[in-house]
Amino acid sequence: MSGLPLLSALVIAPWAGAALLALLRGASPRTCRLVALAFSLSTLVLAALALAAFDPARTTPQLVERHVWITALNVHYHLGLDGLSLVLVLLTGVIGPVALMASWRTARSRLFGALLLALQGSALGVFLALDFFHWFLFWELSLVPAFFLIKLWGGTGATRAAYQFVVYTISGSAFMLVAFAAIFAATGSLDFQQLAQLGADGSLAAKLGVDGARLVFLGVLLGLAVKAPLWPLHTWLPSTYAEAPTGVSMFLTAVMSKMGVYGFLRILWPLFPQQLHDSAPWLLLLALGGVVLGAWAALRQTDLKRMLAYSSLNHVSYCLLALFAVAHATGRPGLSSEAATAALAGTILQMFNHGLSAAALFCCIGVLESRAGGKRGLHDFGGVRTAAPIFAGLCGVALFSSLGLPGLNGFVGEFLIFRGVFGLNPGVAAVACLGLLGTAMFLLTFWQRVFHGPRGGAATVAFGDVRGIELASLAPLVVLMIALGVAPQLLLRLINPLVTSWAGHLVLP
Amino acid sequence: MSLSVQLLWLIPALPLLAAVVGTLAPRGEFKLSASTAIAALTLSFLLSCGALITALADPSAHLTSNFTWFDLGHGAVRLGWLLDPLTALMCVMVTFVGLLIFVFSTGYMRDDANAKQFFCFLSLFAAAMLGLIIANSLLLLFVCWELVGLASYLLIGFWFHKPEAAAAAKKAFITTRIGDLGLLLGLLWLYDSTGTLLLYDEGQGVLDPVVLAGLGGSTAIGLLIFCGAVGKSGQFPLHVWLPDAMEGPTPVSALIHAATMVAAGVFLMARVFPLLTPDALIVIAFTGAITALLGALIACAQSDLKRILAFSTVSQLGYMMLAIGVGSWVAAIFHLLTHAFFKALLFLGAGSVIHAAHHEQDIRALGGLRGPMKTTFVTFAIGMMALAGVPFLFSGFWSKEAVLHAAHGWGFSQIPFYAGLVAVVLTAFYMTRLVAEVFFGHPRGNGAAHAHENTAAMTLPLGLLAACTILLGAIGTPWWPWLQRTLDPEFLSEPGGAGLMATSIVLVALGLGAGWALYGRKLRQKSAAADPLAVIAPRAFAFLAARMKFDKLYAATFGRLSDTLAACADALDRHVWDGVVRLLARLGRFTGLVNREADEEGLNAGFDATSESIRATAKAYSRAHTGDAHGYLLMIAFGFVVLVFAVLVGGGR
Repeated sequence: MSGLPLLSALVIAPWAGAALLALLRGASPRTCRLVALAFSLSTLVLAALALAAFDPARTTPQLVERHVWITALNVHYHLGLDGLSLVLVLLTGVIGPVALMASWRTARSRLFGALLLALQGSALGVFLALDFFHWFLFWELSLVPAFFLIKLWGGTGATRAAYQFVVYTISGSAFMLVAFAAIFAATGSLDFQQLAQLGADGSLAAKLGVDGARLVFLGVLLGLAVKAPLWPLHTWLPSTYAEAPTGVSMFLTAVMSKMGVYGFLRILWPLFPQQLHDSAPWLLLLALGGVVLGAWAALRQTDLKRMLAYSSLNHVSYCLLALFAVAHATGRPGLSSEAATAALAGTILQMFNHGLSAAALFCCIGVLESRAGGKRGLHDFGGVRTAAPIFAGLCGVALFSSLGLPGLNGFVGEFLIFRGVFGLNPGVAAVACLGLLGTAMFLLTFWQRVFHGPRGGAATVAFGDVRGIELASLAPLVVLMIALGVAPQLLLRLINPLVTSWAGHLVLP
Repeated sequence: MSLSVQLLWLIPALPLLAAVVGTLAPRGEFKLSASTAIAALTLSFLLSCGALITALADPSAHLTSNFTWFDLGHGAVRLGWLLDPLTALMCVMVTFVGLLIFVFSTGYMRDDANAKQFFCFLSLFAAAMLGLIIANSLLLLFVCWELVGLASYLLIGFWFHKPEAAAAAKKAFITTRIGDLGLLLGLLWLYDSTGTLLLYDEGQGVLDPVVLAGLGGSTAIGLLIFCGAVGKSGQFPLHVWLPDAMEGPTPVSALIHAATMVAAGVFLMARVFPLLTPDALIVIAFTGAITALLGALIACAQSDLKRILAFSTVSQLGYMMLAIGVGSWVAAIFHLLTHAFFKALLFLGAGSVIHAAHHEQDIRALGGLRGPMKTTFVTFAIGMMALAGVPFLFSGFWSKEAVLHAAHGWGFSQIPFYAGLVAVVLTAFYMTRLVAEVFFGHPRGNGAAHAHENTAAMTLPLGLLAACTILLGAIGTPWWPWLQRTLDPEFLSEPGGAGLMATSIVLVALGLGAGWALYGRKLRQKSAAADPLAVIAPRAFAFLAARMKFDKLYAATFGRLSDTLAACADALDRHVWDGVVRLLARLGRFTGLVNREADEEGLNAGFDATSESIRATAKAYSRAHTGDAHGYLLMIAFGFVVLVFAVLVGGGR
C-alpha cells in the first residue's frame, strides 16, 4: 500500500477522466457519460482505500507525499490526509457521481462531464494539498469549470450569474494571494504545517508585525469568507445556485462551500489564532446574521432554488459559528475543553451532513423542474405527494434531515454544535436557536405548498414518480442520512481524536 | 414472565420494525401493514406487562442499561434504557390503549386508499412514544420526543390533500418546535453543568442525588425543560395547535392528541421532577391552572364534536400540570393514566359517531343517536361521566380528586385550587351539553338520520375502554393508594379530604344540572337554532367560540414580526449588500474608464511624445555623425575624463 501514491491518484483520476473525455472525439453520448461516471466514482473507490489505510488515532497527516517542486520558491508538492480531509474527500466521492447522475440528460455532452470532473479534481486538490502553492492553484482552478458549467447549461440569467460568481470569488482570492505573498516574504515558507507551527508559537505574527499580521489575516479571511460564504459576503450565492444546472448546484453547495469552511479550519485558524480570537466577537455576529437572517430570507423566496441557497447559507453559518465560538473562548480561564471538542466535532460533521441534505434537496428541485418544464416556483406546484409518493418520501427525508430532525444525520451535527457553543457562549447559542425555528418554517412551507394540498400547477397533469437514474441519485443520499443519523459513530470515529487534540491545545501564542 | 432492563429496547423496536415493514410493503397492502402493526404492538404489550412485573419486584429501584452512542473527546455520549414503575406503567398504558386504537382503526380506515401508510405512521408513532418512555437519557428522550412530533405531523396531515389538514400539520410542528427549542436549551444547559444527560448512572446521572446536589441555576433549567412540555402538552400559551390537530383522522386524535403524545410533556415533568426547584414549580402550577380554566371555558362554546374534546384535553392536561406544580407528580400520573383511557374512549366514541354519520361532526347537525347507536351511546356516556368527575364509580373522579387534594394542600397559593374547582363545574357543563346535543332529541341532519351502529372492530375497543374507565379508579383511591405508593414509595396518604370531596361532588352536580337545564330540558330542534348560551351572553359566547382570539393575536404579533424580519432580511440582501456590490462594480468600471482615459491622454500621449523626441534625437545624432575623426576622439577623451572623475568621486568601489 505504501508504495502507491494514493492521494495523488485521488486528485489526478478525475483530471485524467476529463482529459480522456476531451480526447474522445466522436464517441457516443452514452459512452461519454459512462466514462464520466466511472472516473467520478474513482474518488469513492480510492477514498475507500484511503479509509482502510487511515489510522484515526493519529492526528497528524497520513499517506503523506512530499517532493521538492520549485526549489527557488521553497515550494513542495505536499499532500496529506487527516480526519478533516478524509471526511471531505468521502463527501466529494459521494456527491461527485450523484451530481453527475442528477444531470444525467445534460451529461450526454462530453464537455459537461469533463468540466464536472475537473471541478471534482480541483476540490480534491484543495482538500488534500498541504502547500499553499498548489492549494491555491486548485482553489482558483475550480472556478474555471464552474464558470463554464453555469454559463453554458444554466438558466436564463446564467451568464450574469456565472460572471458575478467568478468575479466575486476572484476578488476575495486576490486578497488572499497578496496575503500569502506577504507571508512568504516574511517566512520563506508556504507549507501549511510549518506555517501552523509558526502561527502556534506566535513567530508568524512577530515576523509580520502587529499591523502586518492583522492585514494579512484580513486578506486570508476575505478570500475564505466569500467562498464559504460568511454573511454578508453571500450575495453571489442565491443567483449562482439558482441559475446553475441541478448537478452543478448540488456540487457547489455540497462540496465547494465546504472548501471555504475547510480553509477556515486548515489555514486561518492555525495560522492566526490570536487575530481570529481578537476579531471573534464581530465574526460571531456575522455568523449569527447568516444563521438567523439566512433562514428568514429563505422564508421570503418564491424561487425554490434561491430558497435552498439561503438555507445553505444558514447551515454553513452554523459551522462558522462553532469555530468562531471556539476561537473566541480560546485562552479564557476555565475554558471547557469538552464544549470545544463538541463544537469542532459538530462543525466537521455538519459539513458532511449539510453536503448530503443540501445536495439531495437540490436534486429534488431538479426533479420538480424536469417535470414542470423548467418551472420551480413555490406556487407552481401542489399535491405532488399524491402524484409521486416515492419521490415525496425521499424528498421528505432530505427535508427533515435538513431541518435537524433527530434520527437523521442533520441532528447530530447541529446538536454537537449547539452543545459546544452553549458551553462556550450561551447567549449566542440561544439566539442561534432562532435559525432552527426559521429553517423549520420555510422548509415546511415549501413542503406544504408543493407536496400537500390538492394537485395543482404543474402536478395536475401527468407527473411521473422518480425512477431509474433519478432514484439512483437520490436513494444513496437518503440511505446515508438515515445511517448517519442512527450511527454517527461511523464518521465521528474518524475525527474524534483529531478534534480532541485541537481542543486540547487551545492556547494563544 | 418478567422482562429484564437489557431487553427493554424490544418494546419500541417491535413497532418500529412494523413501521419499516409497512413502508416497504407494496401499495395497497393494507392487511399486511395492519396485521403486522397489531401483532407487533400486541407483543410490545406483553413485554410491557413483563417489564411491569420486573419493576414491581422492587418499586424503589431504577434499573438501567446504558451504552455508548458515539465517542466524543476523551469520553463518549451515552444513551440508555430505564425501568422503574413509572416507565412500566406508562408502557402498559400506551401499548394497551394503542392496541385498542389500532384495532378500531382497521374498521375506521378500511376504505381509505392510503390505509397501509396509516398503520405505518401509527407504528412509527408508537415506537417513538415507547422509546421516549423507556429512555434513560434526556438526549434519547429528546430524539424520541421529536420523532413523536414527526409522527404527529404526518398523521395530522394524513389527509394532506385537504389544505386545512396540511396547514394544521405545519402549525402543530412549528408551535411545538418553539417549545422544543426551550427544551433543547435546557438540555444543553444541564449537559454543560453536569457533563451528562443520563438520568440514572450509578450515582453519576442527573437525577442521582449527588449530581442534583451540585447543580446550580436549576430553576432556569427546569423552566426551559418545561417549555418543551408546554408545547407538547398544549399548555397555555402554546395550546393553539392542539384543536387544529383534529384535522387528522379520529383514531389519531384519540391516540396522539388525547391519550398519549400530549401526555408526554406531563410524563417528562414527572420524570425530571427532582430537578424542579420550588420557584419553577410555582410557574408550572399557575400555567397548569390557567390552561385548565382556559380550555374548559373555550370548550363550552365550540360546536365541533372533536374540538370540544380537544379543548377538554387541553383543560385536563392543565390539571395534570397543576398537580406537578403543586408537588404531587404521582397525582399527575394517576390523572394521566385514567385520562388516557376515558379520553381515548370519548374520541373513539366520537369517531364511531362521525363514521356512522358520514363525517358529520358538527354537534348542531347531529342529534338523536341514542337509539341507533346504543353501544356507542352507553360507552360514550361512561367516558363522559368519568371526564365530568361523577363520583365513586368512575376513575376520572378519583384522579381528579387526587389533583384537587394536592392543590388544596399547596402552601404557596390557593388560586390554582380555585381555578381547578371552577373548571370542574365547566367540565361537567360542557360534557352534558355535548351528550345532550349529540345523543338526545332527533337527528337534525342527513348524516345523523342515516346513522347506524358500527362493526365489532369499532365497538369492541369501546367496550374494553369503558370497562377500564370504570375499573382503573380502584388503584388510586384514598383508602388504597396502590398506584401512588408504587410510583413513589415515600408517598403518604394524608387523612382528611372528605369535605373537599363533598365540595367537588356538589360542583359536579351543579355543572351537570346547569348543562341539563340549558340543553337537556328543551332540546335543539333545528341545526341553525341559536345556542342557548349564545342567547344569554352573546358577546362572551362569540369570544369563546373564536377561541379567545389567540390565533388572531399570534398572527398579528408573532406572525407579523416574522414576516417583517423576513422582508428585512430579503431587502437587506437585495438592496443594501447587493447595492454595495453594485457600487464596487461601478467603482471598478469607473477605474477602468479613468485608466483608459489616462492611457489615451497620459501614457499613449507620452509614448507619442517620447517617440517623437526619439526621432528628433536620432536626427540630432545623425547630424552629430559627421565622419570627422578628430571630433570623435575629442568626445572619447571627454568621456574618459568624466568617467575617471565619477570613479574618483564614487570611491573606486
